[in-house]
Amino acid sequence: MTSTWNVLLWVAFPYATAAIFAVGTWWRYRYDKFGWTTRSSQLYERRLLRLGSPLFHLGLLLVVLGHVVGLVIPESWTEAVGVSEAQYHFVATWMGSVGALAVVAGLLILVYRRRTTGPVLLATTRMDKTMYVFLGASIALGAWSTIQTQMLADDGGYDYRQTISPWFRSLWYFQPQPELMAGVPLPFQLHIVAASLLFALWPFTRLVHAFSAPVPYLFRPYLVYRSRDAAISSRQNARGWDPTGRPDV
Amino acid sequence: MKVMAQMSMVMNLDKCIGCHTCSVTCKQAWTNRAGTEYVWFNNVETRPGLGYPRTYQDQERWQGGWELSKRGRLKLRAGGRWSKLARIFSNPKMPSIDDYYEPWTYEYDMLLSAPQGEHTPVARPKSLISGEDMKIEWSANWDDDLGGSTATMQDDPVLKHMSEHVAEELEQTFMFYLPRICEHCLNPACVASCPSGAMYKRVEDGIVLVDQDQCRGWRMCVTGCPYKKVYFNHKTGKAEKCTLCYPRIEVGLPTVCSETCVGRLRYLGLVLYDADRVTEAAAVQDEHDLLEAQRSVFLDPNDPEVIAGARAEGIPDDWIDAAQASPIWALIQRYRVALPLHPEYRTLPMVWYIPPLSPVVDVVGSSGNDGEDPRTLFAAISQLRIPLEYLAGLFTAGDTAPVERVLRRLAAMRSYMRDINLGNEPDERTAAAVGMTGGEVQEMYRLLAIAKYQDRYVIPTAHQEIARELEEMSCSLDFEGGPGMGGAGPFGSSSGTPVPVAVENFHALKSRQTADRPSSPGRVNLLNWDGKGDPDGLFPPREGPSSAPGPERGTGSGDTSSDGPR
Repeated sequence: MTSTWNVLLWVAFPYATAAIFAVGTWWRYRYDKFGWTTRSSQLYERRLLRLGSPLFHLGLLLVVLGHVVGLVIPESWTEAVGVSEAQYHFVATWMGSVGALAVVAGLLILVYRRRTTGPVLLATTRMDKTMYVFLGASIALGAWSTIQTQMLADDGGYDYRQTISPWFRSLWYFQPQPELMAGVPLPFQLHIVAASLLFALWPFTRLVHAFSAPVPYLFRPYLVYRSRDAAISSRQNARGWDPTGRPDV
Repeated sequence: MKVMAQMSMVMNLDKCIGCHTCSVTCKQAWTNRAGTEYVWFNNVETRPGLGYPRTYQDQERWQGGWELSKRGRLKLRAGGRWSKLARIFSNPKMPSIDDYYEPWTYEYDMLLSAPQGEHTPVARPKSLISGEDMKIEWSANWDDDLGGSTATMQDDPVLKHMSEHVAEELEQTFMFYLPRICEHCLNPACVASCPSGAMYKRVEDGIVLVDQDQCRGWRMCVTGCPYKKVYFNHKTGKAEKCTLCYPRIEVGLPTVCSETCVGRLRYLGLVLYDADRVTEAAAVQDEHDLLEAQRSVFLDPNDPEVIAGARAEGIPDDWIDAAQASPIWALIQRYRVALPLHPEYRTLPMVWYIPPLSPVVDVVGSSGNDGEDPRTLFAAISQLRIPLEYLAGLFTAGDTAPVERVLRRLAAMRSYMRDINLGNEPDERTAAAVGMTGGEVQEMYRLLAIAKYQDRYVIPTAHQEIARELEEMSCSLDFEGGPGMGGAGPFGSSSGTPVPVAVENFHALKSRQTADRPSSPGRVNLLNWDGKGDPDGLFPPREGPSSAPGPERGTGSGDTSSDGPR
């Protein structure tokens, strides 16, 4: 019974949410480029946003970086370059706490702003509200895990790099090891479930703007010229409406 | 030399009567939608005044356009690539809705549906942003005709750059209107500011556009444009701007603002320019040299070398012909009476203005002197420092000499043509005093005063050997109620493929016109009724059990007393 649950929760469920995430994102990009935006509400209110938004987003970048390091890099690698588990744990916990603090503070400011500024609340869709619930839950559960099993623990904290990280990597090379997740503390398990649901929801919310980080801006020339031909329409020509002057293929 | 063609505009400010017809028709055509209520692609400002959005010309505050770095190189005033990305989560220099104005409607429905009472019902203003009651305190032309200017005029950024005593006198001396659209700059700061690369300048005609599919709503273009002519659609989360009515331009029609201009003050035509020299011209050290630098980028369309260069770049011959006949080329280079708006922003704007002579003539006339006598006028132009300084603040980065030259030419034309009208021998010395011949003055007079439609608008049609005009007919999703027909995409009104503008406006107008009572459906706007049939709500509902529409309606509808089945 436990093992059935284990397989469902730690194999089937993550794969299902990942599939929704991948296919959903492709579908949204293919069919809804026009809806693919940050949906900024800065026009309505800028004082609170000025404080909350950078706090939240920059904190989030730190948190994402921490997750990548913690989940992707095996413990043996960090030890091979001479970083002991205790050292790693110390840095990770403190960096993570700073990031988490910024994210939580930023999110609280942003949610407060959204609730109390009339026009911003009016511009909030049902999907936004749903997304906020899952985003808030993921962040809260993550913070809870860190506080309970890392900061308040006496014995140097829970070493997730023995269990969660190998499980996470096992999903990627299609040799899932759900048994690794059996003994993981409850807050971590809940955090992973909430985050998986958030990823399943991701393509259908404004969160897609995260994929539009404008890094190419750093490398392109300032002025952009486009020909009318290239810019002609977002729409493909329908069959039978091919332009003249081209050889029929 | 890389020859490129630019569709550009010149406005003759002497003729603007401030009627706002251009603004209204533009709004009807382009920004008559939710999310763009506050947006005016074309607006008309009274000068001196604050402008729209308020004090947009104060680049110390708004950080629009380009500036020179210490090493003399062009850089965006609001910061380069890295600093843009660092501030992407909250753009510190973007105007908020209050800097434009809070758009509103009136509660018209109340006039019709209020119950009988002691007091006359009123239609209170309701904010289109929050939906709440609001106090109207500003709009896109709140200080129209200097209304309320005693309270606000001292904040005009152009005035602030002039001396103090000037501001005191100004109110009594002059006022003029400044219609503004997107400048479709040769060196557009909005395009350079766009992190997504969604904004671009069209190779063929230089029109600056926003790709609605690529825009991600980072809002940097709003800051980048020193004229504040890129707007954020708060409903779709995308940037929008004046398109120079490209669907009309492509088929040889003037823009909506030009076509509907009552004073016929707008000119449209091509200018050929050397794209390789744009950056160099925008980066000249002295702001006062920017006007000449920009002029030097323009290429003479009659020069055989330029024609050969244009052909080499694939510019079609009818476009070269149009460039030769272009009123813009004539006004900017041949007669040299047009000036750019705020060249000091270093964007090389391509909507130019003929500064108004009328403030000067008015003063001369009201002082009892002859407003058409060349000597009086010439003297007045150089003596009336206030209009001159103000116009220089707008058009020449503060250098009064070019403005004075333009006004003297306009004054000379006035005097010269007066003699002809009176049947006198025209005085060639008047023309020669401004470096023109009598023949040139008469040609300029034809273009400025007679201003025939075909002289004002020389617009070659786009060469598109493709079925583009048919675009709006050919989408299989455009069935009634389908996603292409004004319906919502999967994520509400801001999603789905963009709807062709004509279709979108048609549906927006249609639904608005047929739904004049949003809170109580079932009334018919008689102005839109085509006289055929009797739509629901044309007649009040019948009393009694027969109120369900019967098949006989229309034949015996006058008989309201019969209430049983026949």
